Amino acid sequence: MSPADTHPHDDASDAARKPSRRRFLQSAAAAAAVTAAPHARAQQPAATPALAPPPAATPMLPVKLTINGHPYELQVEARTTLLDALREYANLTGTKKGCDRGQCGACTVIVSGRRINSCLTLAVMHDGESVTTVEGLAPDGDTLAPIQRAFIEKDAFQCGYCTPGQLCSATALIAEYRNGDASAVTADVRFRPAQLSDDEIRERMSGNICRCGAYPNIVAAVKAVASGNA
Amino acid sequence: MDAISYQRAPDIGAALAAASQPGTMFIGGGTNLLDLMKGGVMRPMRLVDITHIDGLNGITALPDGGLRLGALVRNSDAANHAWVRERYPLLSQALLAGASAQLRNMATVGGNLMQRTRCAYFYDTGFPQCNKRSPGSGCAAIDGNNRMHAILGASRQCIATNPSDMSVALAALDAVVRVAGPNGERTIPFAEFHRLPGDRPELDTTLHAGELITSVDLPPPLFAAHSKYLKVRDRASYAFALVSVAAALQMDGNTVKSARIALGGVAHKPWRANATERALVGQSLDKATLQNAAALAVQGAQPQRDNAFKIVLAQRAIVRAVQQAGGVA
Repeated sequence: MSPADTHPHDDASDAARKPSRRRFLQSAAAAAAVTAAPHARAQQPAATPALAPPPAATPMLPVKLTINGHPYELQVEARTTLLDALREYANLTGTKKGCDRGQCGACTVIVSGRRINSCLTLAVMHDGESVTTVEGLAPDGDTLAPIQRAFIEKDAFQCGYCTPGQLCSATALIAEYRNGDASAVTADVRFRPAQLSDDEIRERMSGNICRCGAYPNIVAAVKAVASGNA
Repeated sequence: MDAISYQRAPDIGAALAAASQPGTMFIGGGTNLLDLMKGGVMRPMRLVDITHIDGLNGITALPDGGLRLGALVRNSDAANHAWVRERYPLLSQALLAGASAQLRNMATVGGNLMQRTRCAYFYDTGFPQCNKRSPGSGCAAIDGNNRMHAILGASRQCIATNPSDMSVALAALDAVVRVAGPNGERTIPFAEFHRLPGDRPELDTTLHAGELITSVDLPPPLFAAHSKYLKVRDRASYAFALVSVAAALQMDGNTVKSARIALGGVAHKPWRANATERALVGQSLDKATLQNAAALAVQGAQPQRDNAFKIVLAQRAIVRAVQQAGGVA
């Protein structure tokens, strides 16, 4: 079992989150296998050795991130997306890879207070920044965040694959609305939106796709938290 | 994605120096570039990260009453800036009509101008024919599925459309693009920034090699009271335009004093409907006037196999956008 399968708050210290040489080599090799030899893996799943060393010409770059309040020091390739850095290098697999092309929102995380698609940005571009992933939404190990409780209460997911992205997106959405931000369905952008209507929530959540179709319940969950009824 | 090297530019000079090396591209928000790199459509060897350059990420008032949007201002920040919302609501609307909240939080003003077309044949390297991706190879879209493609200003080499919403509003507002390059700084009127495909469809803009967008300047606001960005698309949100209209009016009572109309989704660049604008001046916003004016916007339109509907749709969208801008719908 990898350290990623344990809750981050179970770790003994911040030092435990810094990748050891062994963990680093494991994750680097896994990443190289995914990026360098996808067809070999897909076509010959059993026989082909999947682990290839990274190309010698690809230097590793240091990236310091504060993830969910904890410091991480990673060594990544320049082409490593923030999503892959979180999942494969920091071993935080709560953030999901859906389309990997900025179309589905499953990889949504909050960087320096803003929700972004972690699949369409390079980890090295975020050196020194703070990232909140789904693992960091709950205030502590025993208490869920209001939006997490509301998703359970309103039955706002089925398979759950999009849920980490939905939760991060919804968390930022509520902050954006309280900040007075407009949306494409705001009647007159010269003024604050009068209320966070269902239409406003649908528009503001449109970057998160749910193939199970839990949308009505996702809207209900976001509305409950935004209106203070969760 | 191919292996790349990466360099963070501390200032404009360093960025320009780094860009002089072959195979180098600037990266801002990265939302389009990294997508294209993952698909093997664009294959830079080196990325120069410009997002940490000071002085390009602010919105400042200009002495003439206009507004300067730094090239690194995120689309979400531009859309929600108090001055933009109050003085240029058309731009706010256009920005908010594009992409998703997550993408707008990443995408920059300068990067938005540099978006590549979303022509499916440009994106899919499984099709060898794409004059934009591979000059001289042909155009798979002309004989392919071309429902999303251009009806105005296309060529036999390329029928792609520009995907930006922001640029349609900037075209209507007569913005000016400021750039820095190896030969110094210059300004480009917005109408001249994007190109028609002609026989060089690989060129989207009139930028010279190695030039960096530093800001987009807006002239003094004239249209805040009467503007509308109307985007017609296949879904209610998070989809590219079939047709979009940026309409901005100055009204004198019930009479149009001046008009700015630009179309998205119909051409290789944001399409200013100059004849429509002229036809509206001095007129009231009755339906017959609007329909006649809208018809002028699609004169000479040449549909492809799948997109003749855009000729009708564009006219109806113009009528509705102008009615809404003028407060008569």
